[in-house]
Amino acid sequence: MTPTTWFKRHGLASWLVLACLLLVVFPLLFDNFRLNLVGKYLSYGFVAIGLVMLWGYGGVLSLGQGVFFGLGGYCMAMFLKLEASDPITTKIQSTPGIPDFMDWNQLTALPAWWVPFEYLPFALLAVVLVPAILAFVIGYAMFKRRVGGVYFAIITQAVTLILTVLIIGQQGYTGGVNGITDLKTLNGWDIRTDSAKVILYFVNAGLLLAAILVCGWIQRSKLGTLLLAMRDKEDRVRFSGYDVSMFKVFVFCLSAMLAGIGGALFTLQVGFMSPSLVGIVPSIEMVIFAAVGGRMSLIGAVYGALLVNAGKTYFSESFPELWLYLMAALFIGVVLAFPNGLAGLYETYVKPRIGKRKSTVAAAPVDAPAQHPAPTTLDALPPGLTVKNAERGQGELA
Amino acid sequence: MSDFDEPHDPFLTRRRILQGMAALPLVGLPSFGFGAPPPTAKVNTTNLAVTDTEVTVGQLHSATGTMAISETGSIQAEQLAIDQINAMGGVLGRKIKVIKEDGASDWPTFAEKARKLLVSDHVAAVFGCWTSASRKAVLPVFEKENGMLYYPTFYEGLEQSKNVIYTGQEATQQIIWGLDWAKKEKKAKTFFLVGSDYIWPRTSMKIARKHIENFQKGSIVGEEYYPLGHTNFNSLINKIKLKKPDCVYCAVVGGSNVAFYKQLKAAGINAKKQFLLTISVTEDEVLGIGGENVEGFYSSMKYFQSLNNPNNIAFVKAFKAKYGANAVIGDVTQAAYLGPWLWKATVEKAGSFDVDKIAAASAGIELKTAPEGYVKIHPNHHLWSKARIGLAQPNGQFKVVAESPALIEPNPFPKGYQ
Repeated sequence: MTPTTWFKRHGLASWLVLACLLLVVFPLLFDNFRLNLVGKYLSYGFVAIGLVMLWGYGGVLSLGQGVFFGLGGYCMAMFLKLEASDPITTKIQSTPGIPDFMDWNQLTALPAWWVPFEYLPFALLAVVLVPAILAFVIGYAMFKRRVGGVYFAIITQAVTLILTVLIIGQQGYTGGVNGITDLKTLNGWDIRTDSAKVILYFVNAGLLLAAILVCGWIQRSKLGTLLLAMRDKEDRVRFSGYDVSMFKVFVFCLSAMLAGIGGALFTLQVGFMSPSLVGIVPSIEMVIFAAVGGRMSLIGAVYGALLVNAGKTYFSESFPELWLYLMAALFIGVVLAFPNGLAGLYETYVKPRIGKRKSTVAAAPVDAPAQHPAPTTLDALPPGLTVKNAERGQGELA
Repeated sequence: MSDFDEPHDPFLTRRRILQGMAALPLVGLPSFGFGAPPPTAKVNTTNLAVTDTEVTVGQLHSATGTMAISETGSIQAEQLAIDQINAMGGVLGRKIKVIKEDGASDWPTFAEKARKLLVSDHVAAVFGCWTSASRKAVLPVFEKENGMLYYPTFYEGLEQSKNVIYTGQEATQQIIWGLDWAKKEKKAKTFFLVGSDYIWPRTSMKIARKHIENFQKGSIVGEEYYPLGHTNFNSLINKIKLKKPDCVYCAVVGGSNVAFYKQLKAAGINAKKQFLLTISVTEDEVLGIGGENVEGFYSSMKYFQSLNNPNNIAFVKAFKAKYGANAVIGDVTQAAYLGPWLWKATVEKAGSFDVDKIAAASAGIELKTAPEGYVKIHPNHHLWSKARIGLAQPNGQFKVVAESPALIEPNPFPKGYQ
């Protein structure tokens, strides 16, 4: 294996381009305000790469990723809110020392389940574990009963609605429709200053790039191949002796954890969390990020999240009256014209040209299989699976 | 909607300017007379978007999404006030330029746009927000970036900020006098409280309950909340029929209102049989509900379109000339109209656009030209204003049947009501 093929095989080139863009170009190009916005978009990037794993690779469409994004965000917001509600700043309240919305709702003591969130390590663990546990419960209950496809998507929508109603209804404990607002410091560090926003941006970008590497590693492992195989011929994998449902539960939990991390970073950068980020509409928007970027491509999904959100900001600033129509046109256009998203566009139009130029220079054809990592682990696959089946996922997305 | 094309007619535009000029004597001449406007370096020491001829302000409402129906009136009223101020020569000799941003009924978007207006555009003031959730989302931004927000909606109180002027009523201003009226005039002793389930109805009903039980010695026979957008009120209607309260006291908001009043009517609960007082239905809501469905019920507000005073007659005329004869003006729309005028008066008193100076100069600012009558800014940045009771007419208007004799002091943190 020459270094070049290794490089190509692991898609590192496009990863490096993205890293360069996020860590060097954007910070140089944008002022603080715009950089903070990009940071916000990137927090959605976590959800988008989670969906690539879950939907693109696992073949499971979840329309409820907002739930996990929200849970992660709320866990973070609870810690920040408790820190912002010290007895001195809240001395005007009937009960000083508890979050303001609790006081407005006649609570006189901090609820027991809020108490652990006074500790940062607990809150950080909760950001990842609470979404994962919920995803495990839902996933286990559904996949063990072989509920899948459209039915699963509908159930995730229902979960989204349930959580929204729960948060709004229990406003004494959750802040209701207003959400948890007025967050100030993280362990004494003011997250509202410009410098804090820049640091948070780099933390976010760094974590996202790391998450892409982890997901890429999973994709190239035997597990990733199995996910693809399962997506295309679930029964064959099951008959080969694999516990299909547990693989699905795993990938669902993975996407939930990623969404939770995204939610926490969102809260830190935007400064509040509210049920409007949990609902059905944001959950569907999150799927659109992945669809626009290309649901088979981790890097593409990040570009999708960036592009859609930047579009939202740009259109709404430039055409306040028309912008929703323009966004809708963008979605319909992308889905109609490029069903494989931006990544598909790149694969179809840009990459062959690059390949051609190279092949004329090197006078040797670029070996097609090397672009796809799947075959390398084929020897580990059960005999029931053919190369054709496993490979199909790479090209066909319908 | 050909009505909306009218303002483009040059004749009407001229008429609008004439109307603006007609309003001139009402507000008094600008304090600096006809001399040159004060130099920019003097009126703007904090790097705001102020030039020798122009001052930029922001407008931040939901032009799209579920709140667009409610917020459109506020957008229009603020634009009207700004146009009239510009026709009079602007503020400190500078024309007002507006940057419009769409919050899209989405709270993170509100926060993002508020930051954009303050950080990138350096606007001198922002007129905007409608729901409590959107205000809560932008409040930290305004406090951090030291901006000035004029917020029009009546709301739950429990808030006070150097960086916000609340031109609507806080909860006690809207509730207490109305309940006293209900006790005195309608002999109401038993109340049934109904609201949508979020912070404003919950807080309002908490204040109402304390007032009814502790001060009026009345009783609450039921208290129910329904999720936003709820449309099935049958079980509630049965409970009302069972309990037969003297007064149904309502804070149901948005689309739920339509279902609520239609179902009440269908169940035979009309004004002849049941006294109903609402704190959430203005002329804007009646457009959706239908006048025939609320006829005879009472609403407690500070402003009704039918108010008969010269300020209001001129305001209604100017509003209809700009937005069409069918346009209606609700309580919040009028409060939104006050925003630019109050800001202008404050800037002229402070002699500066600087936010700190405006925040300090706000207390005591009075407006004799307000459509609702005379208003004054309290040191807590809320308005002194009157409370009024309107009787719903089948044509969608309200007949003003009672008015508080004096201005009511705003008290966002009421003692004894917590």
